[in-house]
Amino acid sequence: MNENIKHWKNGVKDGIPICLGYFAVSFTFGIVAKLEGLTPFQAVLMSATNYTSAGQFAALGLIGTSATYVEMAITQLVINIRYCLMSCSLSQKMDSKTAFLHRFLIAFGITDEIFGVSVCKEGKLNQFYNYGLMSIGMPGWVVGTFCGIVSGNLLPERIISALSIALYGMFIAVIIPPAKGNKLLSGIILLSMIISLLFTKISILRHISSGFKIIFLTVLIAGIAALLFPIKEVANER
Amino acid sequence: MNGNVYLYILVMAGVTYLIRVIPLTLMRKEIKNGYMKSFLYYVPYVTLSVMTFPAILGATANIWSASAGFIIALILAYRGNSLFKVSLLACLTVFIIELIV
Repeated sequence: MNENIKHWKNGVKDGIPICLGYFAVSFTFGIVAKLEGLTPFQAVLMSATNYTSAGQFAALGLIGTSATYVEMAITQLVINIRYCLMSCSLSQKMDSKTAFLHRFLIAFGITDEIFGVSVCKEGKLNQFYNYGLMSIGMPGWVVGTFCGIVSGNLLPERIISALSIALYGMFIAVIIPPAKGNKLLSGIILLSMIISLLFTKISILRHISSGFKIIFLTVLIAGIAALLFPIKEVANER
Repeated sequence: MNGNVYLYILVMAGVTYLIRVIPLTLMRKEIKNGYMKSFLYYVPYVTLSVMTFPAILGATANIWSASAGFIIALILAYRGNSLFKVSLLACLTVFIIELIV
């Protein structure tokens, strides 16, 4: 039991940047939600039940134009299908004996950030580490939404601007250390970034939604990398 | 706004949760296939790289503060600093640069 508390605490500690970053993003979400005519309760409810930034921003646009429920469902599917891939990846990190209840709870917390941090941990995943990340990340998301919609200018723009880089800083802290001294991984990271940049520069590709772009490039690049450079046994034990 | 906002929220929450929960509950066994194993090994690195760049450059008030934050994060991460430190010092860098520029 003590072991679980230790994992939970580690999760909370690693989750602090997630909380700050979420606060900045959801604060902006709250402001936009207000412009689209949502009540604070509706915006907070949306954040607390969905927990996905790109999907929620897209939803605001759809609600504003009175889209059909089917359109809403399809849009969410396309934008959030990357979570499916993350969920597959995470399933392999978990002990195969992990109970269904834990799986149902952890699934709710699969976001870009929580996935990124937990999947790159050494060894098998302890569910309490994820609970730690969730128990600090989710309040950041919900509270940020509330603050954003209740008072658009509660926080100086400078603070929001500074916090907006928190999540990216975290991603960098996750991917760079394993790539150190590993030419293959470094190459793949660099290549992914370059292709991602090209996607925003080439006019035909620019209009692809960011969620779709992420899954498309992930399947493409990781798919080719796995074909050309199958991982050895050592890497399997990560 | 004509539709019921609560119904919209229900639809989106339902779809999003299903996407998250299905693989995690159905894929209970360890994958033995070498190709799939390699693919899933590369997934997080590619996903996080694609999400980070170039989006990071547009995250803050201007590209200068974002670039500075990006570089600081790269250096600190390379030196093996903790998640927390890398992230917060990137924020601090952005804040300071924006005070100056």
